[in-house]
Amino acid sequence: MTTPFLDANFALNVALLLMLLAIALAVVRTRSLLAAILLMGVYSFVVAAWLMVMDAADVAFTEAVVGAGISTIVLLGAILLTHGEVVRVNWRLQVVPAILVLVVGGVLIYAAGGLPNFGDPASPANSHVGRIYLETTYGDIGAPNVVTAVLASYRGFDTLGETTVIFAACVGVALMLGFGPRVDTAPTVDVMGDHHVVLRVISKMLIPLIVLFALYVQFHGDLGAGGGFQAGVIMAVAVILHAMIFGLGETTKAFRPGVMRSISAFGVVLYTGVGIVCLVNGGGFLDYDFLFTPQVEAMIPPGLLGDPDKPHHWGQHFGILFIELGVLLTVASTMVSIFYGFAGRTIEAIKAERGS
Amino acid sequence: MILLETLYVAPPTLTAQAPVLAIIVPLLGACAAALAPSGRTGWMISVIASLFGGWMALAVATEAMREGAIVYVLGGFNPPLGIALRIDAMGALLGLLIGAVGALAAVFSGHSLVAEVRTEKHTLFQAGFLLCQAGLVGIVYTGDAFNAFVFLEISSIGTYALIAIGEGRDRRALPAAFNYLILGTVGATLYVIGVGFLYAATGTLNMADMAARLSTLDQNASVQAGFAFIMVGLGIKAAMFPLHGWLPGAYAHAPSLMSIFLAATATKASIYLMARFLFEVFPDGTAFGEAFLTWVLAPLAAAGAIICSIQAVFERELRRIIAFSSIAQVGFIFLGFALGSAQGLSASVFYIVAHGLMKAAMFMALGALALSIGARRLDEFAGVAREAPWTAVAFAVGAASLVGTPLTMGFLAKWGLIEAAIASGQIWIAVVMAAGSVLTVIYVGRIMEAMFFRAPAPGAPRAKEAPLGALAPLLALAGLSIWFGLDASIPEQLSQAGAARLFEVRP
Amino acid sequence: MSWLASHFNYVIVVALMMAGLFIVFSSGNLIKRMIGLALFQSSTGLFYISLSKVSGATAAITLDAGSVDGKALASQLDPAYVQQFGVDGVVYANPLPHVLILTAIVVGVATLAVGLAIAVRVREAYGTVEADEIEALSRVTAEQAEPAR
Repeated sequence: MTTPFLDANFALNVALLLMLLAIALAVVRTRSLLAAILLMGVYSFVVAAWLMVMDAADVAFTEAVVGAGISTIVLLGAILLTHGEVVRVNWRLQVVPAILVLVVGGVLIYAAGGLPNFGDPASPANSHVGRIYLETTYGDIGAPNVVTAVLASYRGFDTLGETTVIFAACVGVALMLGFGPRVDTAPTVDVMGDHHVVLRVISKMLIPLIVLFALYVQFHGDLGAGGGFQAGVIMAVAVILHAMIFGLGETTKAFRPGVMRSISAFGVVLYTGVGIVCLVNGGGFLDYDFLFTPQVEAMIPPGLLGDPDKPHHWGQHFGILFIELGVLLTVASTMVSIFYGFAGRTIEAIKAERGS
Repeated sequence: MILLETLYVAPPTLTAQAPVLAIIVPLLGACAAALAPSGRTGWMISVIASLFGGWMALAVATEAMREGAIVYVLGGFNPPLGIALRIDAMGALLGLLIGAVGALAAVFSGHSLVAEVRTEKHTLFQAGFLLCQAGLVGIVYTGDAFNAFVFLEISSIGTYALIAIGEGRDRRALPAAFNYLILGTVGATLYVIGVGFLYAATGTLNMADMAARLSTLDQNASVQAGFAFIMVGLGIKAAMFPLHGWLPGAYAHAPSLMSIFLAATATKASIYLMARFLFEVFPDGTAFGEAFLTWVLAPLAAAGAIICSIQAVFERELRRIIAFSSIAQVGFIFLGFALGSAQGLSASVFYIVAHGLMKAAMFMALGALALSIGARRLDEFAGVAREAPWTAVAFAVGAASLVGTPLTMGFLAKWGLIEAAIASGQIWIAVVMAAGSVLTVIYVGRIMEAMFFRAPAPGAPRAKEAPLGALAPLLALAGLSIWFGLDASIPEQLSQAGAARLFEVRP
Repeated sequence: MSWLASHFNYVIVVALMMAGLFIVFSSGNLIKRMIGLALFQSSTGLFYISLSKVSGATAAITLDAGSVDGKALASQLDPAYVQQFGVDGVVYANPLPHVLILTAIVVGVATLAVGLAIAVRVREAYGTVEADEIEALSRVTAEQAEPAR
């Protein structure tokens, strides 16, 4: 063992993992759904911190905005609509699952024995494809953030699939909850004074900043941590915040549910469209080297971006830019659509569904 | 072969891109359907996209037959750096099945959706259906283990909601869809864990690269566990006994369009992915692999084939009978895998196609009847043959194929499996097949008796013949079962070429 | 002891997976089951990231590897050293699992949203989100399919 294990990094790793274990056990034990949901939010934040220790900045960012942000909102919306805060526990029904889980866990522990040591730079996982990416990204793509390069270009087809999954979730939630009249959740202004005045003022200042930050995260994605997914969720959070403070009615007037669903589909179309342009120009699907025809590339002044010897970097840069834009549109509008699905669902909407 | 080439006419530039177009055309169709102004437009988009996808699948099949296997590199990066689609003759055949059933089901949905789903949801419903189609084609075409997971999820996530929509007719669709979601997600997650173990051992996600690296490795605990997790995960998705709990409810209570399409294709794509891991990725002839086939897959498949057939015999709701029958048939298919021979594999793949076509026809016939009567239980279907003769005949063709009547595709499929079992010297598998077939005769006989020979109950709602737009795809499906029963050259050549290739690469 | 130290992450990840699976299969409440599912899915992320940890590495944001300067530097260095540590002497994390887990997290939230949406509809149709009550009510629906005698 060449690496000393008792360094600060490893100690932090151990401490955070033990925290995760404690939180997970608390989630198993608690009877309160509300507590379980809040614990899951904490869990996600601890995971995000742990991911930073593991040098996975992009994943940490995503976990923080998706796991701790959107998931918690959706879960809270769900318990509001299902009116169940307390879980009944029947210990007799837990014997079979316990045995099942112990068997799975036993197999996993046995299997873990065959895994390489933690942190081993020479392990197969760290020495084959992952290593090659680090060496070839600069020449192939020219983006400093290798994670973005792999995400958007080398494995761009996976990311198209992922964007499609998001769109599928938009379709799924809309089919389940998306239709029917809504309750306006705006807090009423009572005569004696508006308790929400501070919130209103602050959020009016915050929302533009949130959107600005989302744009930064979006366009900074190939330089640092960030990209379409994170930016999309942050953008959606701005809209959700607006709905919480100013009421669902105001927000749906500005961002209509039908329009949101259309944007979600449009994001996937944009992503696929980039792939088809490459295909028409003679490359494979999503081969950004062919995004621009040679005539267009000749018009680009040399040395403006990236390596002057590599004009295909232009295609890569713009390809990544466009597909990340597609991702942003789909993610942001889907998250808003999902929020609309859960927010303000009324008896009338339920009756309309039941009557079908 | 010649037939396949005469069927397919397209410019070569399109053929070269066919593998990816077969996936992204339904995908784009889904987006277009979601943007469509009315349900009618959505339906038209769905039909066009499905037909185009099926056409491209035909192109892929023609090419795969000629070339042996197609590799389509995505993003311009050769695997293992980039993702590549890798389609051999069997994958192409499965793609063709998905394309064909998808197109026919899409045509049929013009009538069934109007009857079953609220108008405002039609466009999104078609979008979800097309997403499912794109995902399933992706699963059978991709050559990347993680990409397969992404496609598994594309094909599933929208589908859960589409099944739940069936609650307009029967509220049991909701818990059924929820169960499917839980089990399907657990299955997909177990698959990802398994892929993680294989990644830890090989450092790659490309299936061909993985296979090459695994063949030089010692079989350590983590590789074996990875394999086991992949099998269990996909086994849940494929409704392998005893992991099939989600299937009867999901198939029985879903809207007709989804019943037809899922019964014909969804479990099949996962089964095929299992076959790829079993025979392509995982090294052949290891003690562990052999033990899995002999001591795990074969007994479970046999138990499923018998037990679920018996459940089908005692079930009272017609759609549930057919759903249980599907699980039993999955058992038959796995029995072919368990033989571990090229002949067994090709017989299984042929069986997959036969089963897909017959089940699609049967569920579509029930969907056509549901346009006029809301019957669930078997005795409510008494005498429908007198009121809707064409629908009943199409159902009967599917049922005959299920039993294995000569002149139908089902006969050739059963015969091929039994022949393969005898050739491998595994007589007990042939015996299980025969016993399962006898049980099939019993429950199919009950259905036929009720539909054809019993008089309708007095005062019961009268069934009507389905309109032409719904009847045409139904008769086409039934026709396919008979066509391939008379001349099976297309599916037979594709499945045999694919299986031979897999076993030839690894002697 | 040294095995535990070098495989500590995997042991915890397995425990988290077990916790998630246990909630999924033991809980009767549909919302709680979705929480368990989210826990289970998230544990696969921890598994992949633990696999890909490279001791002493930093986030895979390269600034000059392969650039003109980087190539000049690399030509002066021992190739074996460059192979292991890169041209700038920095060890970068393995980016591939990060990409995969980004995908998995997003898939997870999509599943969660659809699952909860269905759970809400179950509650509207059955008046409960407890699995045993739903099953009892479903049996009633099945019996309603029987003819009135």
